[in-house]
Amino acid sequence: MRAVVEIKNGVHWVGAVDWDIKDFHGYSTYKGTTYNSYLIPDDKITLFDTVKKPFKNDLLHNIYKVIEPSKIDYLVINHVEPDHSGSIPEMVEIIKPEKIFCSARGKKALLDHYHREDWPYEVVSSGQEVSIGKRTISFLETRMLHWPDSMFSYIKEDALLISSDAFGQHWATTERFNDEVDSPELMKHALKYFANILLPYAGLVQKLLADVQKMNLKIDMIAPDHGLIWRQNPLQIVEAYSKWSKQESRRKALLVYDTMWHSTEMMAKAIADGLIESGISVRIMNLACEHRSEIITELMDSKAVIVGSSTLNNGMLPRMADMLCYMKGLKPMNKFAASFGSYGWSGEAVKQIGKSLEEMKMKVFGPGISLQFVPDHEGLKKCVDLGREIGGAIKESVPA
Amino acid sequence: MEKYVCQVCGYVYDPASGDPDNGVNPGTAFADVPADWVCPVCGADKDSFSPE
Repeated sequence: MRAVVEIKNGVHWVGAVDWDIKDFHGYSTYKGTTYNSYLIPDDKITLFDTVKKPFKNDLLHNIYKVIEPSKIDYLVINHVEPDHSGSIPEMVEIIKPEKIFCSARGKKALLDHYHREDWPYEVVSSGQEVSIGKRTISFLETRMLHWPDSMFSYIKEDALLISSDAFGQHWATTERFNDEVDSPELMKHALKYFANILLPYAGLVQKLLADVQKMNLKIDMIAPDHGLIWRQNPLQIVEAYSKWSKQESRRKALLVYDTMWHSTEMMAKAIADGLIESGISVRIMNLACEHRSEIITELMDSKAVIVGSSTLNNGMLPRMADMLCYMKGLKPMNKFAASFGSYGWSGEAVKQIGKSLEEMKMKVFGPGISLQFVPDHEGLKKCVDLGREIGGAIKESVPA
Repeated sequence: MEKYVCQVCGYVYDPASGDPDNGVNPGTAFADVPADWVCPVCGADKDSFSPE
């Protein structure tokens, strides 16, 4: 993708589109992604972030369409993760920038990644402003959103917020703006991104949004480092983050299971019956068919997560261990939970899942249901009853 | 003295080392760390810490 887009008068998108990436360290990016980089040829020619290393030539081609890259004066590094900083070493050779703006943690991270003491770092902190001619860049540190080094750059003359990894989505498109694509699909990708990247920092998102509100910034456009740029009604994504970061649920349960010979699957469907009877919306996800990052996205508005696995070799099925490890790291809050599963002789999986759910500080219902081999009518009735019990609890705690 | 863990980023406050870069001397118990001190890694409030 080598089509430069002027996103605002004198502000150019010069990033790269990655159509091929389908797995981003465990997150299923089945529609690819973009690495956004922004160029402002003001009195001081400034480049905001770079692209993943293999896309360096796309970045260079795009910059060339606007100016000769060696004319760039300032490099702003909002985030040091290699999908944004991977091209920096080669770009620094070409650009020979006068200054590299980054947060204190950003400088540390750049040194830890690229080991170059000789680069012209210029450490900035929240509230600091730098004039680049007609424009002023204000920096806002956003530590742990989602790395310690993260920061935003705000250009007040354009009311443009360059928001680094916040407000992004993994979606490769030839379009650059939110009003050029299907809006519900865009919000789905944005939700999935929040669930899989920012959920552990939901509390910090709330704090950041409160701080930004106090600053009373005029925001006309939000330009993240991945995906589409929010041009039409840009505050909709800020409002969505405000909602998502509260981790509110609706009357919905997520049933996640893996099964060897369909017995655990039968149990899942019986539990779902009990929930449905109680008026709860149920999403059933079989780990053989669903990716862990889709499961986390469905978990966002679910009040309960009910987790089932058969027992294999005295433990849970390996896909379930993977899913629980991933879920635990994302720190979902305020969820109900339960475990279930079929077994042959000892049945450890249900206990192990229950322990894992308790470690995630979920309210776990009962010791879980373990049934030997193929469930009979009585066994399935226990499952329906568990569904009813959890369904009742969801109705009690979530307003209709 | 007990160590405290930041629930946001996993940083461990060790009273034996304190956080001298941010004005907390070695040997300071977590309870005596100033209320406006924040996690040196992620900036989370003192309230975000739990005993290890």
